[in-house]
Amino acid sequence: MKVGLFIPCYIDQLYPQVAIATLELLEKQGLKVSYPLNQTCCGQPMANSGFEHLTHDCNKNFIQNFDGLDYIVCPSGSCTLHVKEHLHDKSDETKAEKIRNRVFELVEFLTDVVGVKNLDASFPHKVGLHQSCHGLRGLHLAQMSELVAAPYSKPEQLLKMVKGLELISLDRKDECCGFGGIFSVFEEAVSAKMGQDRIADHIKHEAEYMTGVDMSCLMHMEGILKRQKSDLKVIHIAEILNSNLT
Amino acid sequence: MGSREAILAALKKNQPALQPLPDISIASSNSGDLKAKFIQTLTSIGGKVIEVSEPDEIASHISKEFNSSARIVNTVEDLHPKFEAFNPKSDSHDFKNVTLAILKGVFGVAENGAIWITDSNMGDQALPYICEHLALIIKSDSILDKLRDAYDKIGNADYRLGTFLAGPSKTADIEQSLVLGAHGPKSLLVFLINQK
Amino acid sequence: MNTNKTHSELAEQFNRDTKRVDWHDETLWFVRVKRDRAANQIPEWEQLREAASQIKNNVLSNLHDYLLEFERQALLNGIHVHWATDAKEHNEIVHSIIQQHGINHIVKSKSMLTEECGLNEYLHDQGIEVIDTDLGERIVQLANEPPSHIVLPCIHWKKEEISELFHQHLGTPKGNADPKFLTDAARAHLREHFLTSRLAITGVNFAIAETGEFVVCTNEGNADLGVQLADVHIACMGIEKIIPQRKHLGVFLRLLARSATGQPITTYSSHFKKPRAGQEMHIVLVDNGRSKRLASDDFRNALKCIRCGACFNTCPVYRRSGGHSYHTAVAGPIGSILAPGFDMEKNADLPFASTLCGSCSHVCPVKIDIHQQLFNWRQVLVKNGHVNTTKKIGIGAASFILSRPWLYKISGSLVRLFMRAVPSLINNRLNPWYTHREMPKAAPKSFNSWYQTNRKNG
Repeated sequence: MKVGLFIPCYIDQLYPQVAIATLELLEKQGLKVSYPLNQTCCGQPMANSGFEHLTHDCNKNFIQNFDGLDYIVCPSGSCTLHVKEHLHDKSDETKAEKIRNRVFELVEFLTDVVGVKNLDASFPHKVGLHQSCHGLRGLHLAQMSELVAAPYSKPEQLLKMVKGLELISLDRKDECCGFGGIFSVFEEAVSAKMGQDRIADHIKHEAEYMTGVDMSCLMHMEGILKRQKSDLKVIHIAEILNSNLT
Repeated sequence: MGSREAILAALKKNQPALQPLPDISIASSNSGDLKAKFIQTLTSIGGKVIEVSEPDEIASHISKEFNSSARIVNTVEDLHPKFEAFNPKSDSHDFKNVTLAILKGVFGVAENGAIWITDSNMGDQALPYICEHLALIIKSDSILDKLRDAYDKIGNADYRLGTFLAGPSKTADIEQSLVLGAHGPKSLLVFLINQK
Repeated sequence: MNTNKTHSELAEQFNRDTKRVDWHDETLWFVRVKRDRAANQIPEWEQLREAASQIKNNVLSNLHDYLLEFERQALLNGIHVHWATDAKEHNEIVHSIIQQHGINHIVKSKSMLTEECGLNEYLHDQGIEVIDTDLGERIVQLANEPPSHIVLPCIHWKKEEISELFHQHLGTPKGNADPKFLTDAARAHLREHFLTSRLAITGVNFAIAETGEFVVCTNEGNADLGVQLADVHIACMGIEKIIPQRKHLGVFLRLLARSATGQPITTYSSHFKKPRAGQEMHIVLVDNGRSKRLASDDFRNALKCIRCGACFNTCPVYRRSGGHSYHTAVAGPIGSILAPGFDMEKNADLPFASTLCGSCSHVCPVKIDIHQQLFNWRQVLVKNGHVNTTKKIGIGAASFILSRPWLYKISGSLVRLFMRAVPSLINNRLNPWYTHREMPKAAPKSFNSWYQTNRKNG
């Protein structure tokens, strides 16, 4: 099967190690992964700011890059959800629809499509899982606390396969971190407070690392942690799942 | 065009295509012992429940709880006549100093500890709200399971006023501290008549 | 109410007192927790939500006929039915009824509809004394402020502050902040008003088309006490509050109190069908923009709202900014999708006071797609020009760059170079991000560049 890598713009520019870990992790599953070189952005920052009408060219570029693949895998719940719900092209809606149906966030791709049963990974640390909102409530990566329904969690399923990893529990297991894209700048006070509160929860439960499926959430909280000069570190789930036995 | 016509015209023009009503016969788990569940729920929301087998026991319980200076108004005909009988000629305001009002309820609901009463049981519609304490009497075999069962029982009954009354009046408006006794009665005493 | 400041500015002020924000946030989070506990005791909870949602969908698609049926039945019951196109007309109708009876002192129980219409202010200007009898509402009334939450009006007040307020207005002893003592004081104070008022105004939780009756839910019993001691009862209702049949209450009354406060039912769920002998009962059906919203596929679903407040309690932004930051009668998530419909200019900031986390939509008992509507409002607001120029330019530039791969790569490299070479130009107080956060580190090479070096030829 032809698998293409969709790397969010901010990971491409600021956290390339997450993309490298994603690529290596997929290759370890025996997959042949391509990386369309002219991809840029999914368009979410514009759309969420109210400028969805300016995303046509961005969408077109996305479709051009990812047309013809069986699966498109992305280490971001937020970007994946955006493409799934908002990728349209009036001039070729069939292509857009195909892509919408074939784009997957990394964790759900590994659990649902690849059916990973074990990982050759080791990460002997106490880890707190931050459940990014779009992946959780949009992609249903895990059961959200709002619903009266049976619990499940795809990220936890994979993290349990990592040797030595201890998953800590939290007081508020799926409260938003406050990043929210432009919200982090235009509603700075509330954004920072929300991030500080998430961090306090992880620290209270003695997490050494905070992980999640979205580097944007982690980037926001990392900024706060660095300002607080905290020992708590952030790490994308791809990097944990890809960490080798040393 | 008057407002009524303007509003109706706008609604007719703007409302979307008709969507059907759902089937609301949602399966739900049986609550088991309905009386036990009713007592548990009502107690947890601040009500007090006393089980009796004879109506006469009610009068003696009340006499124990309330001293002789209390003004106790009774609307229940077959109760012991020692309490002040409800006078239908009274003005609602006349009941402002009632310590305890005794009313009959129609039935209870186990899932929320509520009792259904209508104006025909209230004597005066102000009585269940203006009294300082309230006593309701229902038969324990009248207790239904869920609210859906309650509405099945009510059917298309006619009334001026019907109330589900669950526990004493309360508020948590001051820093979320629960206080029993807001503007309505400060306590609710429910007598469950266990018939043999 | 501070109508000139934006949510962002008001929220920033709110956050200056960190201890207070924590207290406000934790208090409201606990209400969310209580809701969860109550909901999880009902295994069929999600089916109930689905049923309620579908009933409301049916209502919105047949509102015309349901209102006519309600009016017909209500008239047969002896209730006077009035129709008001907007807030002004609603206020005038209510005032004229009060005037007809020569009354100038009335009691009112909680009604967000009357808040929306500014009834209290209007009546006050006409010389009518309005006493809000819900304890929380009375507290904010004495303090001359609007409620900050539709179910818990004074959730932003500490008991010591209420104690001081009562000391000033009710003459209670200074320093006694015991909630029971304060509630008893309010009981005594408001009882006088109940006993001397001849007219009571209530809201409407649900109106039943089939039977022409309406339901009012309270814990305090203030709506009932007010009505039963009055000669005239005026019920004020938004036209969307109709439900088709009495039996549907078996769905809605199971959802309402559990969603609002985590209790199985409110103490009183009173079904008013006919006036008492000798009493006049009126109901005012209010449009005020609802029929217009009905036409919109994007925003119609907001009309399903049963005003439970669950969305407020779960919203991480509301909990950390407080109701007054929303500068509108109904705050929180539902308020943010209703208010722009009333005044787009004044309320353009509200749909952006959200991270689109989606929690609200999933606690909503009638499944309103709140987070989707927040997104949709953003598009509408921008199209109508309600966006600041900086944002417009910034997004325009981003859109230009991000749709041109070559330009994206160059810009990316330049920005990263800039961040590494001259960090002080970005890491300063002019950069909002920098107020509480360090900037992310700029990687020396992009992934794209790494891939081309390490993989493209491999």
